[in-house]
Parts: sequence; structure tokens; C-alpha cells
Amino acid sequence: MIIESSIARFGQYCIFMGRVFSVPQKWRVFGRKFIQEVGKLGLDSIPLTIVISIFIGAVICIQMQLNMTNPIMPAYSTGLATRDILLLEFSSAVLCLILSGKVGSNIASEIGTMRVTEQIDALEIMGINSACFLVLPKILAFMVFIPVLVIFSIATGLFGGWIIAAFTDLISVSRYIYGIQTMFIEWYVWYTIIKAIVFSVIITSVASYCGYYVKGGALEVGKASTNAVVSSYILILLFDLILTILLMQ
Amino acid sequence: MIEVKDIEKSFDGVKVLKGVSATFETGKINLIIGQSGSGKTVLMKSLVGLVRPEHGAILYDGRDLMTMDATQLRQLRTEIGMLFQGSALFDSETVLGNVEFPLMMYTRMTPAERRDRARFCLERVGLKGADEKFPSEISGGMQKRVAIARAIALNPKYLFCDEPNSGLDPKTSILIDELLYDITHEYGMTTVINTHDMNSVLGIGENIIFINKGHREWVGNKDLIYTTTNEALSDFVFATDLFQKVKAYVLEHTHQ
Repeated sequence: MIIESSIARFGQYCIFMGRVFSVPQKWRVFGRKFIQEVGKLGLDSIPLTIVISIFIGAVICIQMQLNMTNPIMPAYSTGLATRDILLLEFSSAVLCLILSGKVGSNIASEIGTMRVTEQIDALEIMGINSACFLVLPKILAFMVFIPVLVIFSIATGLFGGWIIAAFTDLISVSRYIYGIQTMFIEWYVWYTIIKAIVFSVIITSVASYCGYYVKGGALEVGKASTNAVVSSYILILLFDLILTILLMQ
Repeated sequence: MIEVKDIEKSFDGVKVLKGVSATFETGKINLIIGQSGSGKTVLMKSLVGLVRPEHGAILYDGRDLMTMDATQLRQLRTEIGMLFQGSALFDSETVLGNVEFPLMMYTRMTPAERRDRARFCLERVGLKGADEKFPSEISGGMQKRVAIARAIALNPKYLFCDEPNSGLDPKTSILIDELLYDITHEYGMTTVINTHDMNSVLGIGENIIFINKGHREWVGNKDLIYTTTNEALSDFVFATDLFQKVKAYVLEHTHQ
């Protein structure tokens, strides 16, 4: 029964995505909506990204320094580990898990409310492909903007580590800076951006799907919002594993 | 004119529409009435293509909705305006933005021309000075007016209204009825209204279709409804003491 309903939902999701990835009816209107979504989903996520990344960067730096104090460990290990943790996992997977809570619930509740208040029906009556009109700008806007958030996250995470080095006696600034510059592999940046782009599509499309097919009232919109976040979490973790195997081997 | 021929629709094995046929006349207020659960909302949704019947035909001036391809359906929908029960205004747009929306999607008007047309429509529904307000900042009655203005922005041939009076006070309900009546006659539209409101039935019902348990049981107008022999219709329309008194008064004065 669960397998049957899962297959049915996956099929419904595929049909939905087929409708989403259609040619917009009016490019000018699409462009306007795209810019609005970049602001709403992307720019508005910058403060959260900065705050979380600074704190996590600082905590990683402290943990690395406290737990890797060993004469055989090279001096640069704390900075290097902080950088690589941020680069490989935090600024893509963990950041996207956190953003799926903000962006995913926002999208699911917005589209779900439009569904229960008949705004989506109104678009359909006007002959507008509501799935494409509402969802495509969100997916593309977040896809385009997520690399910016990732770069912000890496930079501010490293800055968080620097704060620890500069204002505590745990590690010197020069050792930290030396550590974050040591053995830098450029591919890691591309790897994290590729992962984040895939996760951005998961967050926006799953949340839109959950909102679009809401039936009922406010209670169901709330449930759809929760489902969107939970489903995104699971899919992000699954794809994190798949992409790590594919891209790092 | 819209003709519905023998349409049937089921949900989870339960037949909601059982071979309904009806004609909705051009330039008239066509009312669909019936008790809750009688199938009138499904009939309305079938008419606009939100629900697909399993059987029958829906003809818009001879064009069958059921056999249209996506392009033909899109074209037809530019000829349709709809007023939803909850108004269904776009929360993120202002009043003016809501009325401009269909113009933006379907015309090549300049922004200034769009604004002028939208303002004209808003003035036509008696709404001035609320252009820059958001739907959440105006009353239910005003929201209905904005929704009507949006529905008529493209000069539709067909106007559908789902319970236009729900949630409104009696005075505002009458104003909305009068407005719908006026614009229907002014623009020669085929207006189809799904309603529970007996004031509307007795006030503006030029062509009334009574749906009961999935069947079309009666067709007539507001004058014929007083003398109907259909018990279900009579019980439904004249359910309250007030309306029974109105019926008695009208029949008495008609005979005199």
C-alpha cells in the first residue's frame, strides 16, 4: 500500500514537473517574477546563511583545535579541517538542510494557501499554466542564487574561525590563516556548488509539489509545509550520499 | 449560449451528476440552484473545465469543451471570466495589479493603457480610491467587486460566479446582484451564477436551473418559481416563513 502510494506520488510529481518546465506564456511576466523570487528566496536567505555559517565556522574551529591537539598533528590541521568541513559538507548539505526549513516551508505554505483560496483555480480559468507560472521562477531563481549563498557561507564560516583565532588564545591567527590556505583543492568548490544546485532543485520542487496538491484548509496547508520540509531533508541526505559517491571517487 | 448535454460525473464511485442537460442563455442571468451536495458546484466546475465529466457535451456557442485541445481550451478561457466564492484575488498584487493581471497576460497594451483599462473596470464596479491597497486591506464586499472587475477586464463572453453573495451582508449582496445584472445586460454576456441566496433567485433569476440529487429537476425563471409544482424546489426556495409569506403575497396579488 505504501509502495503503491509512493509510486503514485512520484508519478504525480513527474507530471507536475512536466507542467512546470514548460515555456512561459509571457517572458516579461516571467522575468519580473524571477527577479521577485531571487529577492524572496535568495537575498532574504543571506542573513540566516551568514549567522549560521559564522557560528558553525567558529564552533568547528574550536572543536578541531581542542580535539586535535597532538604533537604529531601539523600546525595547519585546525585551519585545514575547518575549511574542508565547511567546503565539503556544511556549506552545501547542512546549509541546504537548514534552508529547506526556511525556503521549503515558505514555498509550500504560499502555494498551498493559493490552492485552498482558489487562486490557482483562478489562474487556470484564465488559461494560465499555473504550475509553470508559479513554480518555474522559484526553481530557477533559487538554482541561480544558491551558489552565491554557498560562497557566502564558506567565506563567513572561515571568518567565524578567524574570529576564534583572533579573539581567543586557542590558536594563533597566522596558524589559522596558514591552515586554511594549505592543500587547497579547487574541485571542492565546484563539488559543493554542484551539490547545492541539485539540493536547491529538490527544496523548491518538492515544496512546490506539496503545496500545489493541498486539499482542504489551513490545517492541510500546515501539514503540506511539514511534509515539504521532511521530504526535502530525506531527499537531500539521499542525494548527498549519491553525489558524494559520484563526484568524489 | 452554453449548452450542457447529458453530462455525468462520479467521485469515488458515487455519481454526482446524473445526465444533466441545460441551456445557459446569452445576455441573461442564469442561476444554478440546489441544496448543498446536489451537484451544482460540480456542474459549475465542469462548465469551466476544472472538472472533466465522464460523459456528455458542453457546448460554448457550438464549440465542445470536451473535445478541445490545449490551444483551443486556452483560447476559450480568454473568453471566460470567473468570480470565485472567496474572490481568489492574488494576495501579492494590489487591487489595480489584480485587475491588470489578465490584461498583462493576454494583451499587448502598454502599462499606461493597462492602468486605464483596469481603472475603468474598477470604476464600473463602483470602486474608486482603493487602487494601491492589497486584498487583505479591503472588505469582503470590496474584494468581490475587485474580483468582478478582474473578471470583466478582458470583456469576456461568459461570466461564471460561484456563490457571489456568500459572506456578505444583505445590502451588499443586493448591490453585487445589481452589478452582475447590469454588466450582464450591458456587455451581453452569458452569466452563470451558482447561488444559495434566495434574494438573488427571486431578484435576478432570468433563467433558473434547479439541480436536485444530481438531476436537473426544473427550469424556469423568477416569476414561474412562485407557481412551481415541483415540491423539492418549492421546499428549497420557500423554506423560511419570510419567503412563504412573500410567496403568498405575490400569488395573492397576481390573482387580483
